[in-house]
Amino acid sequence: MRATPATDEGATANPSRRTFLKAGAAIGGGLLLEVSLPLRAFGVAEAAPAVLNAYVRIATDGTVTIVSKNPEIGQGIKTMLPMLVAEELDVEWASVRTEQALSDPAIYGRQFAGGSRATPLHWEPLRRVGAAARQMLIAAAAADWGVAPAECDTLPGVVRHAGSGRSAPYGSLAARAAALPAPDPASVPLKDPARFRIIGVSQPGVDSPLVVTGQPLFGIDVELPGMLHAVFVKCPVFGGRVRRANLEVVRAQPGVTHAFVVEGGEAFDGLASGVAIVARSHWAARKARLRLDVDWDEGAAAAQSSEGFAREAARLARRAPAIVIARDGDVESALSGAKRVVEAAYSYPFIAHATLEPQNCTARVEGARAEIWAPTQNPDSGRKIVARTLGLAEADIKIHMMRCGGGFGRRLMNDYMVEACWIARVAGAPVKLVWEREDDLRHDFYRPAGYHFFRAGLSDAGRLVAFRDHFVSFGADGKFASSAALSATEFPARFVPNLELGASLLPLGVPTGPLRAPGSNALAFAFQSFLDELAHAAGHDPVAFRLALLGPSRVYAGTQTPAGSTPDFDSGRMAAVLTEVAARAGYGRRTLPPRSGLGVAFYFSHLGYFAEVVEVAVGPTGEVRVAKVWVVGDVGSQIINPSGAENQVQGAVIDGLSAALGQTITLERGRVRESNFHDYPLLRIDRAPPVDVHFLRTDHPPTGLGEPALPPVVPALCNAIFAATGRRVRRLPVDPAELAAGA
Amino acid sequence: MQYTILVNGDRRRVEADADTPLLWVLRDDLGLKGTKYGCGIGACGACTVHVDGVATRACTLPVARLGARAVTTIEGIGNNPLGRAVQQAWLATDVVQCGYCQAGQIMAAVALLASVPQPNDADIDRAMAGNLCRCATYPRIRAAIKRAAGLPVADTRYGS
Ligand code: FES
Ligand code: FES
Repeated sequence: MRATPATDEGATANPSRRTFLKAGAAIGGGLLLEVSLPLRAFGVAEAAPAVLNAYVRIATDGTVTIVSKNPEIGQGIKTMLPMLVAEELDVEWASVRTEQALSDPAIYGRQFAGGSRATPLHWEPLRRVGAAARQMLIAAAAADWGVAPAECDTLPGVVRHAGSGRSAPYGSLAARAAALPAPDPASVPLKDPARFRIIGVSQPGVDSPLVVTGQPLFGIDVELPGMLHAVFVKCPVFGGRVRRANLEVVRAQPGVTHAFVVEGGEAFDGLASGVAIVARSHWAARKARLRLDVDWDEGAAAAQSSEGFAREAARLARRAPAIVIARDGDVESALSGAKRVVEAAYSYPFIAHATLEPQNCTARVEGARAEIWAPTQNPDSGRKIVARTLGLAEADIKIHMMRCGGGFGRRLMNDYMVEACWIARVAGAPVKLVWEREDDLRHDFYRPAGYHFFRAGLSDAGRLVAFRDHFVSFGADGKFASSAALSATEFPARFVPNLELGASLLPLGVPTGPLRAPGSNALAFAFQSFLDELAHAAGHDPVAFRLALLGPSRVYAGTQTPAGSTPDFDSGRMAAVLTEVAARAGYGRRTLPPRSGLGVAFYFSHLGYFAEVVEVAVGPTGEVRVAKVWVVGDVGSQIINPSGAENQVQGAVIDGLSAALGQTITLERGRVRESNFHDYPLLRIDRAPPVDVHFLRTDHPPTGLGEPALPPVVPALCNAIFAATGRRVRRLPVDPAELAAGA
Repeated sequence: MQYTILVNGDRRRVEADADTPLLWVLRDDLGLKGTKYGCGIGACGACTVHVDGVATRACTLPVARLGARAVTTIEGIGNNPLGRAVQQAWLATDVVQCGYCQAGQIMAAVALLASVPQPNDADIDRAMAGNLCRCATYPRIRAAIKRAAGLPVADTRYGS
């Protein structure tokens, strides 16, 4: 995905594409701004009305309410988006209350949490929202005082006129300001970043006081009058269907009010076939579930397994790739002319999102209307699925975006939302559906497994002259499954004269989907580990080898194809973070004890440039202890909320380690073997290393941080394990048995 | 069955099956939603409460086994000065990402500090390893515990 600079939007001469503001009196007299942006900014079809919307309300007492339009999943958006508005509005952050918007595409445009997109999409537009509101307050004061607006300026929360020494607090001006025409946001001046007072200053999470006192905030905390509790039991084999179930027995269990078969459809992100059990309490529904006996038609996916996929991948690797993704120069002759040829096979497993708050949704469906309380990253698509499945009009579906106990991409899909709505309608009562952890791990949209068969050639001087990857992935009809693709710009594409990226696809009956830094979280491991092998084979220092490969600072243009687009890549920005992280970690300058080592990697994703160094110590039994991680990132000119930024980066890094060190989703007979945190481990505090985070500030528009720090940590870890033990990790997760001393 | 249980200093009467985990009694019968469900098998710590001051997984404690022991939840922990200090340290350290695990983390941290007022990193590892944070706020959890204890917040596990 490629960020369209927000400035294009404001600056274009076409009024239909211009940011516009509508002003009107808010309830109780105040300033209400609606800000609309064209949909083009999101890079999607322009069929739907293209609006992005932020609200500013100012009460007479000066309290400012700023609406946050996007779902909060722990990325800190409910703090960060209002910071952008507040900065240009020129108010004290302490006087700001932030409010979660409802899902309402007609007013707010797309509201989603994904792709680290919120920063590039809102950096300028939301500052313009604040600046335009400030202009209106100035205009109102100037009219009162009979002076020119240009002679007035603001202090936080106050308009003043230096010439006469008059001043007025925003609260006293808001009602009149609201009656004035809104200025064209494209024309309102923005602050010189050197004068920022809120942006660039750490602001703690706005909801944290409620979190630490245990107030209800999350989807799972919703309670409605007369609400019933549901569990929904799906076939352990993906796509399987209910043939029959002992509903009578289930209905006879204490507390159970309903038990019924849901027919369901075919789409993984829609309503699946299953059995709904509705009861007066969650515990009663669960206990009744233990008595449920279902005869499943398991369907075609029952023949699939992780082992089978690996076997098939190895078989396909012996053939030519079915799809050519990129082809430069002549790999075959470059390989035969190379001084040295290196060959290696890399693979990684399916993994799950495992949000700590399991999927859940509360719904009330009355007649033609539905009201939904959901932890969702993507309410618009949920609304469409609910509308389609229940035969409702989208306009009659109201969605409250509840704080999400983690997202990581899982809640971009809304399967649990449509389940709750369906069950609530059949039950004729409001229903809260809560998945058990086992449901969550076994019915995810997994990060797809993948298999890479690399071959590369080095010249006499140890330069990379030929590179080939035959990627065995999943998909059908020449199209990759969700998050299973490889693009033509995957590094080192364009940096090696002779290169071929090709793919072959295995059919898959298992749902896949984006998981934090989709694609990148796996590709970084394979490509940056193999590059490390090449550096060692060339007898070069891994940092120097990478810097030589990146070459002189240059911008490589992104690509736009019908299948998707890739952004510009600036090799100089990457070289800079790599150089800096090596220096901070003392890479190549420190002597480490035996079985300790440093590993390095870089990766570009979600517009962020990240290089990381991992230090490990590998115990005699192969146990890997990550001692420390150093991160240097370049996400542009401004770190909007430094505290939140550091938290995201540390979280992403430990998340990557967590997956690499222990997580596998194993498919056997079409079902998932793992079921809960005892066999799907997350890293715990005792194994979580300190993470040193540093940003290079460069003269580029700020970009997002939810994802790009994750991908490089996985290869940096594996490269460190190589440095410590001489063993190359070519298959995830890391297997201590292969690293034991003398193994 | 009818049970009278002592929660956050109040005697509360509930009607529940004997095997109902305290977690669901708190959440669904008593409306105390701060205690969270994460795994139901004692593996994540999201449901951590205090039972007579001891950090306990509410998801694996049947209500019938509670007896007269006093339960403290995240909603009540701020009534005690140590609990309040930990909550404040959590805010001052800006620990929270999604926040879902944090009630359990705070309850575990308060129990730790009640028995070890000046914990070192090994103490923290031992006491907190049962509490998963999917968002991986671990560096800040460690720092916040030390801050609440009035200790320097640096992670001393990495020697340099
Ligand atoms: S819900 Fe109790 S330990 Fe996970
Ligand atoms: S803050 Fe999200 S699970 Fe800990």
